[in-house]
Amino acid sequence: MFIIKAIEFIGTVFKDPIEETGRILLLFYSTIKWLFRPPFELKNTTKQMVEIGINSLPVVLITAVFTGMVLALQSYTGFKRFGAESLVGSVVALSMTRELGPVLTALIVTGRAGAAMAAELGTMRVTEQIEALETLATNPVKYLVVPRFISGTIMLPCLAVIADIIGIIGGYFVTVIVFGTSPNLYMKMTWDHLEMNDIYHGLIKAGVFGAILSLISCYKGFYTKGGAEGVGKATTGAVVISSMAILISDYFLSAWLFK
Amino acid sequence: MNTLINIEDVHKSFGSNYVLRGANLKIIKGESVVILGGSGSGKSVLLKHIIGLLMPDKGTVTVAGSDLSKLDENDLNELRKKFGMLFQAAALFDSMSVWENVGFGLKRHTKFSDKEIKEIAVEKLRHVGLTGIEDRMPSDLSGGMRKRVGLARAIAMEPEILLYDEPTTGLDPIMADAINDLIIEMREKLKITSVAITHDIKSAYKIADRIAMLYNGEIIETGSPDNIRNTLNPIVKQFVEGSAVGPIVIEGLKR
Repeated sequence: MFIIKAIEFIGTVFKDPIEETGRILLLFYSTIKWLFRPPFELKNTTKQMVEIGINSLPVVLITAVFTGMVLALQSYTGFKRFGAESLVGSVVALSMTRELGPVLTALIVTGRAGAAMAAELGTMRVTEQIEALETLATNPVKYLVVPRFISGTIMLPCLAVIADIIGIIGGYFVTVIVFGTSPNLYMKMTWDHLEMNDIYHGLIKAGVFGAILSLISCYKGFYTKGGAEGVGKATTGAVVISSMAILISDYFLSAWLFK
Repeated sequence: MNTLINIEDVHKSFGSNYVLRGANLKIIKGESVVILGGSGSGKSVLLKHIIGLLMPDKGTVTVAGSDLSKLDENDLNELRKKFGMLFQAAALFDSMSVWENVGFGLKRHTKFSDKEIKEIAVEKLRHVGLTGIEDRMPSDLSGGMRKRVGLARAIAMEPEILLYDEPTTGLDPIMADAINDLIIEMREKLKITSVAITHDIKSAYKIADRIAMLYNGEIIETGSPDNIRNTLNPIVKQFVEGSAVGPIVIEGLKR
């Protein structure tokens, strides 16, 4: 009896996540299928690119500059203990391009644009606007999900590259202006240890994160149930699941890309 | 007789909730059918089957000779262009202005310019008794106006079949009657086949050529409004008389 109870328990714990993963993959499949079928939703895609890219810029800039600054501050004061202050430039550059630029940008965009996607699509679902699209002979995945997926995947690397640069400038500010290190040394250390691959691989990660966050947020919105409360749950779920998926996939992507 | 829509032994359940249990209904070209049923009787579900928003677990829905569940996505979309649907809360796209809502189908499926689409939209809005609101946003409109805009959107592509999901629910009696008049006008002027679901008996008597009663997932009786008014079926009788006492089991109410 105990074994049956245990199996039952395991089943109830894993049933929902497995079902959900399956449905996310199905949505991914139909997104890819509609991605290449004309006519292309240029107007919607442009609108989403502005929403995800341009409108996220202020928060991404502020996050990046302070991340670069705190990285410089912590590594400068820490490295001073063993006389390695000169490495600060390298630490900031490598951390920003390989890790913090893409990941923090993705988390910030999840909180902003991902939540907005889930809330908008969720409201459209509960007010029957998604069904209305279908009755007007318009595929809702093509009309709503594909533009957001494309915009997320393209805009995230763009934002990440800006975050990389701004983070390095923030680090420069703290190291050179606050701690009085020579500007030449900071720039030399930045360039000497930074490889193009660090930047490229960081941007590949950003692109994958963009795809993940837009897909999960659209999924959560698309399958919203139960009125205003459902929209709230979908929005929270979109942010939580996207953030976790970004951090988990970050490890595996890094392990693969930065071997 | 020319059957346009044929619902045959349709079963549908959601999880453990068995909603449609073998519904049968034939709808003839040009007629106006009202499906009556209580809350939770599955009438919305039945209506959504007619336009392929839901597919039956068992049984078939045939529209103009094609079995909906056998159509691929493109053919289903082609068939949907024959339909217009008015949703219960209008389901207007709140990111678009009124005329963009009305012209949505035209924008996507025809080659008209925006200027021409706006002209058509204004014309359709006039048809449902609205003027000068084409540039407003749906959130600025009252419930009755939203329904009218929804109706204008539904007729914009000149459909052959109009589906109404509770057209009078949530409106005051006068606005509800105005919507009833509009539905009759649509049928008479545009010769559209219409299917409405409602629990509003007064509205059903007014707009229907034929009334079908949905109870417990099945169509238990169909007939002209007069037949239904004088029915001998105790369930239908209880429903049209609006009494809480009778054979109908009210969910959540113990007697």
